[in-house]
Amino acid sequence: MALDVAALRAQFPLLARTVHGRRLVYLDSAATAQKPLAVLDAMDRYYRETNANVHRGVYTLAEEATAAFEAGRARTARFIGAADPHELVFTRNATEAINLVARTWGAANLGSGDVVVLTEMEHHANIVPWQMLAAERGIEIRWVPIDGSYRLDLTDLDTLLDGARLFSFTAMSNVLGTTNDVPALAAAARRAGAAVLVDACQSVAHEPTDVSGWDADFVAFSGHKMVGPTGIGGLWGRREVLEAMPPFLGGGEMIRDVRKEGFTTNDVPWKFEAGTPAIAEAVGLGAAVEWLDGVGMAEIAAHEARLTEYALGALADRFGDGITIYGPATAEGRGSAISFLFRDIHAHDISQVLDEDAVCVRAGHHCAKPLMRVLGVPATTRASLAMFNDTDDVDALVAALAKAQAFFAL
Amino acid sequence: MPGLEDLYREIILDHYRAPRNRGELPAPPATRVEGFNPLCGDEVVLYLEVGPDGTVTDVRTAGQGCSISQASTSMMSAAIKGRSVDEARRLIRAFKALMSIHESKLEGGDATAATEEALEGVRLGDLEALQGVVKFPVRIKCATLAWNTLAQGLDEATGA
Ligand SMILES: Cc1ncc(COP(=O)(O)O)c(C=O)c1O
Repeated sequence: MALDVAALRAQFPLLARTVHGRRLVYLDSAATAQKPLAVLDAMDRYYRETNANVHRGVYTLAEEATAAFEAGRARTARFIGAADPHELVFTRNATEAINLVARTWGAANLGSGDVVVLTEMEHHANIVPWQMLAAERGIEIRWVPIDGSYRLDLTDLDTLLDGARLFSFTAMSNVLGTTNDVPALAAAARRAGAAVLVDACQSVAHEPTDVSGWDADFVAFSGHKMVGPTGIGGLWGRREVLEAMPPFLGGGEMIRDVRKEGFTTNDVPWKFEAGTPAIAEAVGLGAAVEWLDGVGMAEIAAHEARLTEYALGALADRFGDGITIYGPATAEGRGSAISFLFRDIHAHDISQVLDEDAVCVRAGHHCAKPLMRVLGVPATTRASLAMFNDTDDVDALVAALAKAQAFFAL
Repeated sequence: MPGLEDLYREIILDHYRAPRNRGELPAPPATRVEGFNPLCGDEVVLYLEVGPDGTVTDVRTAGQGCSISQASTSMMSAAIKGRSVDEARRLIRAFKALMSIHESKLEGGDATAATEEALEGVRLGDLEALQGVVKFPVRIKCATLAWNTLAQGLDEATGA
């Protein structure tokens, strides 16, 4: 069933505002998603009616707050296909989730000469934590290259994985849009005896997620990319793996007992959640995934695929060789992030001109500088589509680009 | 609301489309410096030739980036060529003062004493076209990159 985009759009209060007197054309959902009223209301209601600290109170309000917080966890766990809510650790975002793995699992399992395999299309969040371990412990990083059609080149995958301890890769590139075959990559890692971390930060917002079917050890994501609030994200981990890991930050909540002589740790997931957590945000994230499931992730994926196909066609028809798209040329096997170089106009100039028409696109390296170097470009412009975008938004992008072309007249 | 024409004045677009003093100089004897704006990937490379009398006898520029960074580089190179190092340094101070004037001051309000002092007696000429950049705060770094790089280059060339 096709989505009723107008009805969806109406649920996002921010989309009703104008910029420079024009209808807002928000094409930057890959950076952060806008929030539906259901999420705003859930968080507002929590603060108005339920707010108390969690896990340490006996009074009614504290019990309700704890229940709301843990319900947010359970709902989010169900959304990503986790078998057990206790396999979901709340973090601030995907970046913290990956750093948590590097600092705890990495500390216990990676030493000098141990190999971590990444891909050339990773976000800095899935690069720098490993480079920090390389600097501190002398681990080796290997890179799976991309090919001419902006997909992973798997020719030498088995060689790259040979002897590796971890394969950490993105399910969907935030620059190219490319989706990777997670089960196949995870299976290759298993054959080599490597653990698997999936950066699902982009993919969770655009297609159904079933971590149980991925055969991964860890999956990282951010709430704010999936119509939830900022300040909360998740690390899903296989229970026995999480249990074997040392704790992350130390403090309240993560302990079972503390004496002058030392401490013992709490059960998972709380072992990794030191300090007062983002409670209202957990409630908001629960509301966000409830809302996404209400719309239907399969329907969202189908709508975005159709719109991506339309956008790729419209850009090529209008600008031909004047535009270079860095990513798969059709909607097949890709998400809705469309990165491009337009004429010889710098991405910042394009973004500036588009802003006049209230068209919001991102310009820059998209926190993927190694990929930018592989592509041989300093920066790209990126338009990314979400469930509330329609062909009018794409047409507005094309018209604004034509204006930029006329303006710079190169 | 500041419009695009505030930012992209015709003279700026002209320097962007047809940058002056593009190229390289053998270094040494010339001084080569690089400036980089990690946020947007703007890159400026300057080649400076300073004569024994302290005159900037030649300047060449390379690099890549947005129209503002590249136009500012081009305009800067035209402005300092043939000037003394001292004059070039005064121009740097004046240009940076121009970039630090708050938007509200552009319409005739008071600039700070330090800003006035830096601007006093300095003829900015075409460079004043870059003043509109102030209304677009994220782009100020694009405009100042060439000038910060020049400051570094002059220090290196004069052993300061
Ligand atoms: C693929 C990918 N991984 C990781 C991140 C980091 O997300 P966050 O900044 O929310 O931690 C992003 C965000 O841009 C992303 O797109």
